[in-house]
Amino acid sequence: MTSTTRRDFLKVAGAGVVLASFLKGGGAFAADTDTVTIAYNVNLPAFDPTVGPSAVNPTIQAIYRALFDQYVGQKPDLSFEPGLLTDWGWNADKTKVHMTVRDGVKWHDGSAMTPEDVVWSLQRAGDPKTGNPIQFVWSTIDNFQVAGNKITADVKSYDPTLFKWMAFLTGYVMPKAYYQKVGAQGFEQKPVGTGPYMVDEFQSNGFVRLKRNPHYWGDKPAFETVIFKFVTDPTSRVAEVESGGSDVTLQIPYEEYDRLTKGGKFDGTCEPVSDIGMIFINNVPPLLDKNVRLAATHAIDKQAIIKRLLRGYGTPIDTLEAPGYLAYDASIKVPYDPKLAKKLLAASGFSPEKPVKMTIQTTRGYMPKDYEMIQAIVGMWRKVGIEATIEVYEIAKHYELRAADQLAPFAFYNWGNAIGDPATSTGFAMFGPSPHSVWNTDDLDSKIAPLWGEKDEEKRIAGWKAVDKYIAEQAYVLPLLQYAQPIVFRKGLKVTPNQSEALQPTLIAKA
Amino acid sequence: MRKLPLAFLPWRSLLLALVTLFGVAVISFVLLRVVPGDPIAMMIAPGASQADIAQLRASYGLDRSIPVQFVIWLGHALTGDFGTSISMRQDVTHLIAERLPATIELTLLALLIALVLGIGTAVLSTLSRRRLVGGTIDNANGILLAVPDFVWALAFVVLFGVALPILPISGRVDPRLSIDFATPFTLFESLLRLRLDITFDVLSHMIMPALALALPLAAVILRVLKGALEVEARQDYALLARIRGKSRLRVTLEETLRNALIPTLALTGVQFTFLFGGTVIVERIFAYPGIGNLAIDAVINRDLPLIQGLILTFGLIFILINLAVEASFGLLNPRLRHG
Repeated sequence: MTSTTRRDFLKVAGAGVVLASFLKGGGAFAADTDTVTIAYNVNLPAFDPTVGPSAVNPTIQAIYRALFDQYVGQKPDLSFEPGLLTDWGWNADKTKVHMTVRDGVKWHDGSAMTPEDVVWSLQRAGDPKTGNPIQFVWSTIDNFQVAGNKITADVKSYDPTLFKWMAFLTGYVMPKAYYQKVGAQGFEQKPVGTGPYMVDEFQSNGFVRLKRNPHYWGDKPAFETVIFKFVTDPTSRVAEVESGGSDVTLQIPYEEYDRLTKGGKFDGTCEPVSDIGMIFINNVPPLLDKNVRLAATHAIDKQAIIKRLLRGYGTPIDTLEAPGYLAYDASIKVPYDPKLAKKLLAASGFSPEKPVKMTIQTTRGYMPKDYEMIQAIVGMWRKVGIEATIEVYEIAKHYELRAADQLAPFAFYNWGNAIGDPATSTGFAMFGPSPHSVWNTDDLDSKIAPLWGEKDEEKRIAGWKAVDKYIAEQAYVLPLLQYAQPIVFRKGLKVTPNQSEALQPTLIAKA
Repeated sequence: MRKLPLAFLPWRSLLLALVTLFGVAVISFVLLRVVPGDPIAMMIAPGASQADIAQLRASYGLDRSIPVQFVIWLGHALTGDFGTSISMRQDVTHLIAERLPATIELTLLALLIALVLGIGTAVLSTLSRRRLVGGTIDNANGILLAVPDFVWALAFVVLFGVALPILPISGRVDPRLSIDFATPFTLFESLLRLRLDITFDVLSHMIMPALALALPLAAVILRVLKGALEVEARQDYALLARIRGKSRLRVTLEETLRNALIPTLALTGVQFTFLFGGTVIVERIFAYPGIGNLAIDAVINRDLPLIQGLILTFGLIFILINLAVEASFGLLNPRLRHG
C-alpha cells in the first residue's frame, strides 16, 4: 500500500491551484453586482469625440457619452433636455445665439468646467484644421461673448439644426486648460471629461474599463464599474453573453436575439432606432421614366420582407422620415400594389415577358440581411416586369461611387439620423449639391433649397413634409424600413433602449 | 561555378530581404490606390462642398499622382514614419508597435503547441508497433489537415466558451486586472516578473486561439516528420545503431530525429508564415488585440497608411522567419556550415 506524503499532497494541491487559476477566466465573472460588462460591436479608435472619422460613428457615441457631456442632452426618445447648457436659443431675428452654462460642473480631474471651456470647444469644433467632420455646422457661429455663465455669439449663417447637433455627433464639451497642457497625444493617453464615468484602464482593440465619476453633476449611475469589451464579430458577441463573460450585448442577428431571449436566461429589447434601409435611385436611364420608378416602389411588399427576413423586427417606411422624426407624416403612403406596378410598366411598354432591365447594387452582410432583402425585391420586381441584376460591392465602393455620382440605377444603403431632423435625412440624401445625394434634378433642388435657412420652424417642417410628399409621388428614392436594434442582457438587469442607437451605460440599471 | 565565400551569405540574404521588402512596398502601395474604395469618400461630411472634399483629399496627400505619393511615403518610411492612420488618427508605427507583441506572443505559443504536438505524435506514431495507434494518428491527422484554423476557433468557442464555459472567449487579459508593465509583451513580462496570476490569465485567453492556429500546423509537422523518420530509419547509420543494440526509441531520439527534423523545419518555417496570416481571422473571432484584428479594421475603413504599414510588417515578419529558418539549418546540420 502506498502512503501519501506531505510533499505529494502539496504537489497535488499546488497543481490544483494552478489549474483553477488557469481556468478562472472563463466562467461567469460578469455577474459582479457593481460591474456591468458590455460586449460591444465596435472598437474605440480614439477618445477625442470631436475629431476624426470615428467621431461620426453613431454606435461609438455610447462610450463618448459615458465620458463626456454634450452641450445639449438627448433623451432615449430623441427629445432634447438640458446638458452642460441649461438654456439655449436664438434671438428673434436669428442673428444671435445665447447659451447658459450649467453651474457646479467639474472635470474628472476635479477642476471646474467654465463657460470658457464651452466657447473654446465650439471654436475648436468650427476650425477646419482640427478635422472635425461636422465643422460645417459649428462654423456657422462666431464672435463669442462671455458674461458670467451666459454666452452669446453672432450667427454667420443660420442653421436651424445647430442646437440639435449640440446633442449629437461631435457636440461635446472638451477641457480647454487640460487639453492645451497635455496636447492631442496626452489627451488620448488620459482623457478628461465631465461625463458620468472616467477612464480607468484602456487596452486598444481590447477593452475600456470605466469608473464612476465622483464629481458627476447628474444622477448617480447604477454601476461603479463599466467594461466595454470590443468584440466586433457578432457570433463571438453571442458567445460572450452565453458564456457569462459579458452581461449585455447588441447588434446580433435577429435569429440569435429570438433564441437567447426565448431561452429564459436572458432578457432583451429590440426597438426601432434612427437608422433606415433604403434604395437610392439614380437619375439615369431607364429610371428617368417616372412609370418605371413608381412601379418599382409599388411592387415591393415591405411588410413581408420584414416579417420573413427580419423576423418582424423593423418598421416599413414610405419616406426618409421614420416615425418619431420631426417631419414624419403618416399620411404619405406608397402602398404595395403589384397590379398598379404592372399597369404603370405597361404604360411604358414593359411587361414580365418584356421586362425593363437595370442593375441594383448592394452590400452583403454590412446591414442585417441586406443581400437577402435585395434578392427578395428583385424577385418581386420580376413578377411585374422589372429585371434587375444584382451587383454586390463593399461599402467603401458604395461611398466612392456615390461621391462620384456613379451609382447604378438602384443602390441599397442605410441612413442614420439621430437628431431626427428632416435636413439631415431628406435634406442631405436628396439635395443635388450635397455630396451624398444620388437623385439630382432641378425640380427637387428648387423645393429643398429655400428650406435650409428657413427661420420659421413651423414653415420649415411643413416645407420638408411637402418635399417628402413630392419625392414619394415622383419616386425619387425608395425607402424600405426603419431598423430595430437588438440588445440582449442577463436577467437582473434593465436596459432602456435608445432610439439614437447609443447604448450608454447610464441606460443600464439593476432590475 | 565558384561558390560565394561564407561570410557573404548572410549579407546576400539580407540584401535579398531588402529588395523583397521594397518590392512588397511598391506593389502594395500601387495596388491599394487602384483597388475600389476611396477612403476620402468614406469621410465626407453631410454638408461638405466640393472644395471641402478637395481640401480633405489634399490633407492626406491623396491629390498627388501615385509615383509622387510613393516617393513622399518612402522618404518618411525610411525615417520610421509610416504616416498617420486615417481612421484612428494615431501614428501608424505606434499603432503597430502597440499590437504586434500580442500577435508575436500568440503565434509563438501556437508554434510551440504545434511543435510539441506534431513532433510528439510523429515520434509516437513511428515507434508504435500497433496498427491501431498509427492508424488513429493518421486518421486524426487527416482531420487536422482538412479543418482550417477558423473552424477550430469557432468550435472551441462553442465547446469551451459556451457549452463548458471554462475559458474566456475574448480579449487578451481579464478587463478587471490592472497591469502596469513596462512592455506590451504581457505574457513574457509576467513570467519575468513572476506575476503568475497574470501569466495564467493571459494564457487562459490565449490557449483557444493558439490551439486553433496550431492544430493545422501540427498536422503538417506530423505528416512530414513521420515520413522523414521512416526514410531515416532505413539508412545505414540507423540500421548500424540498431545492430549495435540501441533500442528503437534511442535510435529515433539520438540518431534519426535530428536528420529528419531538417526538412520538417524548412516546411515549418514556411507554414509558420501562413500561421501569422491566419491570425487575421482567428484574432477577430476571439477579439484578440493583435495586428490581425487591426488589419481587418484597417481594411474595412480603407485606412491606406495603416494597411500599408501592416502589409510591410507582415512582409518583414515573413522575411525574418525565412532568415531564421535558413540560419537554423546550419545549427542543425553542420555540413551546411562548410561551403
